[in-house]
Amino acid sequence: MASITLKNLVKKYGDGFPAVNDISIDIEDGEFIILVGPSGCGKSTLLRMIVGLEDITSGDLYINDERVNSKAPRDRNLAMVFQNYALYPHLTVYENIAFPLRLAKGKHSEEEVERLVTGAAATLELTDHLQRKPANLSGGQRQRVAMGRAIVRQADAFLFDEPLSNLDAKLRGQMRSEISQMQRRLGTTSVYVTHDQTEAMTLGDRVAVLKKGELQQIASPRELYEQPVNLFVAGFIGSPSMNFLPATIENGKLQTALGALDIPADRAAKAEGRKVVLVGVRPEFFEDAKLVDEAKKPHGSTFNATLTHTEWLGNEQYGYINFDPSPEVRELLNNLARDMDADELRPQVVVTLDAASRIRGGRESEIWLDTRKLHLFDAETGENLTRDADAGAALTAEANEERAEELASARESDRAMDRNSGSSDNGDGTGTSGGSHAVAG
Amino acid sequence: MKSTGRDKIVWTIISILVLVYALFPVASILATSFKAPGDLTNGSFLPSPGLATLDNYEQILVGDAQGLFLSALWNSIGISLIATFIAVVLATLCAYAIARLDFPGKKIILTTALAVSIFPVISIVTPLFNLWRTIGLYDTWLGLIIPYLSLTLPISIWTLAAFFRQIPWELEQAAQVDGATTWQAFRKAIVPLAAPGVFTTAIIAFFIAWNDFVYGISLTSTEAARPVPAALAFFTGASQFESPTGAISAAAIIVTIPVVLLVLLFQRQIVSGLTQGAVKG
Repeated sequence: MASITLKNLVKKYGDGFPAVNDISIDIEDGEFIILVGPSGCGKSTLLRMIVGLEDITSGDLYINDERVNSKAPRDRNLAMVFQNYALYPHLTVYENIAFPLRLAKGKHSEEEVERLVTGAAATLELTDHLQRKPANLSGGQRQRVAMGRAIVRQADAFLFDEPLSNLDAKLRGQMRSEISQMQRRLGTTSVYVTHDQTEAMTLGDRVAVLKKGELQQIASPRELYEQPVNLFVAGFIGSPSMNFLPATIENGKLQTALGALDIPADRAAKAEGRKVVLVGVRPEFFEDAKLVDEAKKPHGSTFNATLTHTEWLGNEQYGYINFDPSPEVRELLNNLARDMDADELRPQVVVTLDAASRIRGGRESEIWLDTRKLHLFDAETGENLTRDADAGAALTAEANEERAEELASARESDRAMDRNSGSSDNGDGTGTSGGSHAVAG
Repeated sequence: MKSTGRDKIVWTIISILVLVYALFPVASILATSFKAPGDLTNGSFLPSPGLATLDNYEQILVGDAQGLFLSALWNSIGISLIATFIAVVLATLCAYAIARLDFPGKKIILTTALAVSIFPVISIVTPLFNLWRTIGLYDTWLGLIIPYLSLTLPISIWTLAAFFRQIPWELEQAAQVDGATTWQAFRKAIVPLAAPGVFTTAIIAFFIAWNDFVYGISLTSTEAARPVPAALAFFTGASQFESPTGAISAAAIIVTIPVVLLVLLFQRQIVSGLTQGAVKG
């Protein structure tokens, strides 16, 4: 159990390039923090600086208010799960999990090692595989062994370096929920690196979005989604990602490629004096005008557009509208795409429609847009002009409360389990074993 | 692919043919080593009935040729082991650096190692002979160990570098995070993985040194340093009319034994070491 404080951390490599640039984060005890960003944003480097595998060029790192900059990895008492698991191929699963205990010489008796290892193995459903070698295990099982090695000792914090990126999609979803439940049950501070925004949104209490070594925003997933600080965060979080439309403001109306949109006066006021702004619209802000509640309709704006095609997914459908941007805007969109690791951002608007909508590609149709939620971004700096910092902070505070509640209830049920221990052996996670076995076969 | 009965028969025949082709010379030498001098030209593969003898072995181990053979055996074992040991230690350090570190001149080291092994032994041996005589290394153990290193080092560096490259170094970091010191991480996570590679390399290096003939015969003149392959050339018969073929065969069998034993004992390590180095290098 520990709090971790990053204070103005900088990592420069030999050529002077800052891979991590002036990052400060306060991680509370028991919190699950996600570091997310496109490849090369410095998230893994930051994690390795915390665990001690990379030197810190400047700045301070505190674990439990103790400065650990110059401490060796083994003195920091952190546990790490590596991307490729880093299991010891010459040791059995049992010895792999027992490895950290054996290194702490004299601290654990043989019986204690056995108790701790079998305990960890039971939690991770590895009991049947303890005598096998890692080479004979499936990807999901290896992943569990790596986790077992992390949880077997009383580490102050868990660090995960893209632990799920080598698994197939189905197993990834399953392990994701297992990691999340395990973290809540153990209540251990965790830092998790990923480039997958779904993992970031579902696992994190707070998510730190990084770009080119710089922290863009750290907030709860909901705040990131609803109140992003800039174009990059807005575009990175959410799938399908936010649409960006160039627009000019005339008489309180937004002139976009989709036509003129009425927007609330307070929003329009924020963009005052700028020639061009980028309008950020999430796909789900759109709806088939025919299916919108009459009561809701006045909150938005209706326009006509021709969809190129639609994709029906059962619960909803995606429609696509192409638009033709000016060269400057195209340049801007391409830069944004590069930042986010994509090849190019198509001048295309994705709209999410109700599954019942009869709108089809090729015909002009009427589409409604909820203008209360859209954001305006400065076209040059990418800054979000319409961000409501207070509303954002409220969302994150809410998430913090939820976390405290969940931790408390996890502790409560732990205590209950201790009281009637013995019957708790196969209490959790048995529902998921079917999936892992299918993959193992 | 399912192997049918016919496939099996075909493969068995092919295997037998290959085995016979490869092992016939060995079998022939073995049979010859039991022939008495007068029986050598009996025209048959096996010694004549009733004339099979252990005389040849007696001669080289306890008899006339004992001085020549046993001292040569001792030289061979000593020189090969020392050359192997030095080659493996140096090659391990070198390959570790090549696989682990990024430094200028990495390519050059590998290329140089390869270039050294390109020169034919026979073209180096004459100048070496003169040089060794001048500086007093002629007919000494060191005088053979140094040229043997030039044979064993390049291949050792190449095999070990290829082998080390496929060891995931994250293991070392994982061990450090798990609470190991740098030395513990190396010993508990890396050494067990590197051992088969080092072992294979050692065996290959030993064979190279053990089998050398050209350096052995050119750079020695007495029992002080002459290795077995060279010593065999100096065997003589009991009289000038008697050929020493039997004794030479017996000696050849004896020097083959350590090699065969090594391969039999460690064949699994050799195979895994060779394939790992080959596939993932």
